[in-house]
Amino acid sequence: MSETATLAWFARHEARLAWRDWVAMIAGRRRRQRTAAVLVIVFLVGMHLLALAMVGRFADLGPDPDKVTLVVITGSLLLSWFLMMSQAMESVTRAFYARADLDLILSSPIEARKVFAVRIAATALSVTAMAMVLAAPFINVLAIRGGPHWLDAYGVVFAMGVSAAAVAVAATIGLFRLIGPKRTRLIAQIVAAVIGAAFVIGLQIVAILSYGTLSRLAVLESDDVVALAPDVGSVAWWPARAVLGDPLALAIVVAAGLAALLAVILIFSARFGEHVLHAAGISQGPARQRAKPHGFRRRSPASALRRKEWTLLRRDPWLVSQTLMQVLYLVPPALLLWRSFSNGTGALFLLVPVLVMAAGQLAGGLAWLAISGEDAPDLVITAPVPASLIQRAKIEAVLGVIAIAFVPFVVALAFVSIFAAAVCACGVLIAAASATAIQLWFRAQAKRSHFRRRQTSSRIATFAEAFASIGWAATAGLLAAGTSLAAIPGVMAILVLALARLISPSRRSAERMA
Amino acid sequence: MLSRSPPPDALEIRGLRKAFDRPAVDGLDLTVRAGEFYSLLGPNGAGKTTTLRMVVGLLRPDAGSISVLGIDALADPVAAKQVMAWISDEPMIYDKLTPFEYLEFVAGLWGVEPLIAEARARDLLGWLGLVPHAHERCEGFSKGMRQKVALAGALVHEPALIILDEPLTGLDAGSARQVKNVLRERVSAGSTVIMTTHILEVAERMADRIGVIAGGRLIAQGSLDELRLQAGKSGTLEDTFLALVANEAA
Repeated sequence: MSETATLAWFARHEARLAWRDWVAMIAGRRRRQRTAAVLVIVFLVGMHLLALAMVGRFADLGPDPDKVTLVVITGSLLLSWFLMMSQAMESVTRAFYARADLDLILSSPIEARKVFAVRIAATALSVTAMAMVLAAPFINVLAIRGGPHWLDAYGVVFAMGVSAAAVAVAATIGLFRLIGPKRTRLIAQIVAAVIGAAFVIGLQIVAILSYGTLSRLAVLESDDVVALAPDVGSVAWWPARAVLGDPLALAIVVAAGLAALLAVILIFSARFGEHVLHAAGISQGPARQRAKPHGFRRRSPASALRRKEWTLLRRDPWLVSQTLMQVLYLVPPALLLWRSFSNGTGALFLLVPVLVMAAGQLAGGLAWLAISGEDAPDLVITAPVPASLIQRAKIEAVLGVIAIAFVPFVVALAFVSIFAAAVCACGVLIAAASATAIQLWFRAQAKRSHFRRRQTSSRIATFAEAFASIGWAATAGLLAAGTSLAAIPGVMAILVLALARLISPSRRSAERMA
Repeated sequence: MLSRSPPPDALEIRGLRKAFDRPAVDGLDLTVRAGEFYSLLGPNGAGKTTTLRMVVGLLRPDAGSISVLGIDALADPVAAKQVMAWISDEPMIYDKLTPFEYLEFVAGLWGVEPLIAEARARDLLGWLGLVPHAHERCEGFSKGMRQKVALAGALVHEPALIILDEPLTGLDAGSARQVKNVLRERVSAGSTVIMTTHILEVAERMADRIGVIAGGRLIAQGSLDELRLQAGKSGTLEDTFLALVANEAA
């Protein structure tokens, strides 16, 4: 086989892996492709309906837009671009550190530079394909209602995907050179997550503080932003003009995206291989030395288990950042509630549901780590400790962290209203216990490093956890406001839990054993 | 004059069965005496690991009984686990703990007095050549080092019965010798060792008795000479083992 043919074959191999990852993400790791296809169709139909409701009214926008329209479209494109860049950075970091096939690739008789050129291109295409799938319903709806010129938006999405991947590769390699392989892994993953969240959250926070709404459009359409934006003739609007069907702008935007990717491939593909080798070697380096090792201390098995969980969590900043990231998205609604109802003590009562919701989400992540993410299950199971005690110790470890995180809020609330604080404390406890129980029922042994995949490993558990948290948050919020309507979401949360228990694998296996 | 009852066997298995898609262990009877080094051999898929995982409580048998040093392991698993240690072929340790902290954690789980456990931990780390790495996190350790940390964890509570599944796979010669020395020392001190291995030379040199499993049942058991007699073939353990398995298949 010639080298070109080998590279083409490698590109097909990469495409196949990307496709299988994608199917697994949509349908779960054990599902069949037919299930994946059905789920994709359901997803696409649902997304088209959603798109119709969201952007249908903008279909009549013509090729000669005003400044406000350009600002809104450009702002939305920028938001999407940051999300794509976040995903691309995550993919690039995985390519550096996931060593599953690197030994094989690097020992093959093909020049590493060429192999990694293909891999960078594959990453770009994978990011672009995902963006296309998500954007397609919106573009299709606009094209059906407003005319085929909207189909040019596909070209813009392509350009955004490849340019986001190009910047992600350059940024990751820059980090690698700046702070070294060990720190890059952590920092790049945190940066990727923060980039994805920061733009959305930042716009929402500005919208809330300035206009008292969660809508990002309020910021983009505001007089202040429009006044600050460049004139309508500026090159900054080319992507927006391309979306609206300007063929010249589209050609320039696509060419710029491709040029960025090509430049990155040419400049960085050789270094990419070099850095992959460095990254592969970091685990062989000396591990960090503890400053002052203490002697063995007397501990009960439960105490040993709790302490172990806390130590592992404390020593893994990536896990901490991923866990806290879930709570970050609750900042805008909390801010909105605070701002909207900041007369008297009403705002504080409205913090109750936000705190309860956050506790549920945080407990779910921590419980997954303690229960499913046990790295030495054989050791723990073969210890002379009853299974119930092991389970209790792990639950205590989770609730301990929740208590440390939420007690300050509850105490602060108590200064304003003892009743609201009591409701908040009970809500936090119940939401955390519910999320932990769901993780217990749906436990499936996994590596801690697969924390981010936990939501795709069991969608039922993910939805049950979310709905139960929402239910308890609503119950606590309404109860704090002193209305008996609190019973309705409370009953719904209990029903969600009962249903989750009923269909949980642990109950089915217990029935089989009986 | 009082008559002394004989000490209980380290492991007594009767009629043990476990099926997944097909029977993995099929009415297994096995006795391992206290204080002996017992090696369990068998072709891939013979049921060795499944058997041992049932003994240590990682799998629940479909039928049969398991007695560990006179303790009914199915009726009172916690008491049985107190005197046992298990090491699998894939050492599972915590990347973010140091070997010293790992041993402290294991000692806590087994309820060992801290001073005694710490002294034992220091001895074990010394015997296994882990002292220079005792306070480094395990995340950068090689497979051999991880296996040695797991072994130290298994021995820190001084188990009477040590069960190892392929403990020498992937170890370099030096590490393998350290592990073998520690196991020999434990047997000299009165512990019982049950070890599965595909390295027949190790079984031949170290084991007091060897059991051969095929198709989920024990097809032969005894010293090397006794196995040769049963196989009707002289030669190395490899020749004998292959003859026994071939006879069973026929």
